[in-house]
Amino acid sequence: MPIRTAYKAQVDYLQILDENAVLDEKLVKGEGGKPVLSDEEVRELYEYMNKCRALDEIAFKLQRSGRMGTYPQNKGQEAAAIGAGYAAKRGVDWLVPCYRENAALWMHGLPMHYIFLHWMGDERGNQIPEGVYQNPLCIPIGTQMLHATGIAWAFKMRKEPRVAITFFGDGATSEGDFHEAMNFASAFQVPCVFFCQNNHWAISVPREQQMNSETVAQKALAYGMPTTQVDGNDLFAVYKASKEAIERARAGGGPSFIEAVTYRLGDHTTADDARRYRDPAEVEAWVGKDPMIRLKKYLTAKGIWNEEKQRELDQAAKDNAQKVVDEAFNIVKPAVTDIFDYTYATLPPELEVQKRTMRTHSLGQGVGAEQLQR
Amino acid sequence: MPRTEKQQSEGLTLVDAINEALAQEMERDERVVCLGEDVGLNGGVFRVTDGLQKRFGDTRVIDTPLAESGIMGTAIGLAMGGMRPIPEIQFEGFLGPAYDQLVNHAARYRTRSRGAITIPMTVRVPWGGGIHAPELHSDSPESIYIHQPGLKVVIPSTPYDAKGLLLAAIRDPDPVVFFEPKRVYRSYREQVPEGDYTIEIGKAKVVSEGTDVTILTYGASVFQCLEAMDKLPEDISVELIDLRTVSPVDKDAIIASVTKTGRCVIVHEAPKTCGFGAELATIIQEHCFLSMKAPVQRVAGFDTIMPYYKLELEYLPNADRVVEAVTQVMAY
Repeated sequence: MPIRTAYKAQVDYLQILDENAVLDEKLVKGEGGKPVLSDEEVRELYEYMNKCRALDEIAFKLQRSGRMGTYPQNKGQEAAAIGAGYAAKRGVDWLVPCYRENAALWMHGLPMHYIFLHWMGDERGNQIPEGVYQNPLCIPIGTQMLHATGIAWAFKMRKEPRVAITFFGDGATSEGDFHEAMNFASAFQVPCVFFCQNNHWAISVPREQQMNSETVAQKALAYGMPTTQVDGNDLFAVYKASKEAIERARAGGGPSFIEAVTYRLGDHTTADDARRYRDPAEVEAWVGKDPMIRLKKYLTAKGIWNEEKQRELDQAAKDNAQKVVDEAFNIVKPAVTDIFDYTYATLPPELEVQKRTMRTHSLGQGVGAEQLQR
Repeated sequence: MPRTEKQQSEGLTLVDAINEALAQEMERDERVVCLGEDVGLNGGVFRVTDGLQKRFGDTRVIDTPLAESGIMGTAIGLAMGGMRPIPEIQFEGFLGPAYDQLVNHAARYRTRSRGAITIPMTVRVPWGGGIHAPELHSDSPESIYIHQPGLKVVIPSTPYDAKGLLLAAIRDPDPVVFFEPKRVYRSYREQVPEGDYTIEIGKAKVVSEGTDVTILTYGASVFQCLEAMDKLPEDISVELIDLRTVSPVDKDAIIASVTKTGRCVIVHEAPKTCGFGAELATIIQEHCFLSMKAPVQRVAGFDTIMPYYKLELEYLPNADRVVEAVTQVMAY
């Protein structure tokens, strides 16, 4: 009996705007033969990208000057976050982030200074406003994809035409929770998009050492999930692949996987020094592939951008960053009782005593029966 | 589901009571879903969810892939998305893989989002020893979860309490770990109201009033304590308290009883060191110091790995050990 092929698969790579700003006129077309993004949209998103970069730079400076805690720079990954974020419906779809997708969260209505508050040690930065559908930043790696799967599952159960999209890095795909999330999402065909920002480094461990797979995207094949690899620094490719995956999920087509190949231009966080483990030449090469450089070239070639507009934008981005910093700094320190008030919906008796006596008593001595007389 | 003739005449077992509570709440609230390994078609390995999938369909009583973290993590997502999930972890020994999701996410979300995202979820877990089960099917890890702020931990011992507490847990706005003492799943029946009722989480029950010594316990150990009371001399008046909820614990009930009796014996299956008895003894020390006539005694599992079942009854607190402890505090 001859050996037959039990399974065969391939992973496609999509790039539409290359690093020299050359656009693939055929691939850029979406439904109806129109470009997936209009010139006006590209200009707007480019401007937004600049604003997000300015915020990222100022957060870095705040940490360096001792005014913010540890901060993970998003620099260089803006096209991935913005392309995917723009493809999701604001006020409808639910974003489940890691911590290198600030731009997508802001785009979906998170007040910009909330992320600053988060890294300035203030939980109010996680207090997602009503009507904004996203989870706060997720610090342990890879755990959030299960939440996205569950949220998407709830959408399916409630027959709501909504999609959850979750972000994570290449390192996160080594976690067990990643595989459990992929398996649950696929087994129950929930409307969830798994968006991997392969930025090549999980702190100091390179992608090639993290796994022996040739691509991250191929991991989805094991779960029978549509999967693709895209140039993560190409706004067009990220947007097109994300839009397709999100709308397929919305239409009942189940989960998809996207691997956006990008690069972490900064350190892992401000507590890290990537010079200890990264070749400067590698970083230099990726600086040239910065998503903003190619978009600027593209818009300039189209005749809808020039240096004067750039100067105006730079100033506006700077002003905006200053405004956001002011908002973050002007917030009054939270009342210490906040640490008690959100542990449960209703304060249990023991916590009520701890809250009432935190300034006057040790936790045991002197807290006698009289204090139970509330 | 109408009750069987036997259930009508002799009452419900703990398993029956939990099953009835689940069915009634799923009927009342369409957001309620049960998920876990083998909970659907098979009705769970202890048949706690028997018949529920047939009645409510496989989108509400869901057989999941075999992955505890996946069950817990997706249940968290379901709660975020507006459902009231009831994940089952098949045995307490398999909570390990789900620990990260339960403790680092479910327990923390209300606090870390300052109330914006909450996790109304009831985690059902068969718990404790005494049924001759294989390894990692007989442990008592409640202290780990009692120690975690943001979680509530409930351990009923009777069918009546199980139904009322489970309904309260499902309606609770915060994550509740609901440990089910498998040793008494089917050990006896009692009459349980057919209708809807809840028992407040955080309230202990005085099983038997007394004046000489307080026994504090929960779960299946309640029955070893009752057996001990039968063996004790009649002139020792024991007040037996079933805590029912171990987080938040009913301090007022403990303090009132021990202030009255001046003596206390604590009984639980979990290992002694840092077991919940340590916290209970401290509560007594802080609040009943001047009332005490004897040091607090603990009858607990030993600080060893829970033995395989040939030796489990020697590991678990039994009536004789409880009698011994009561005798000692009375003689002090």
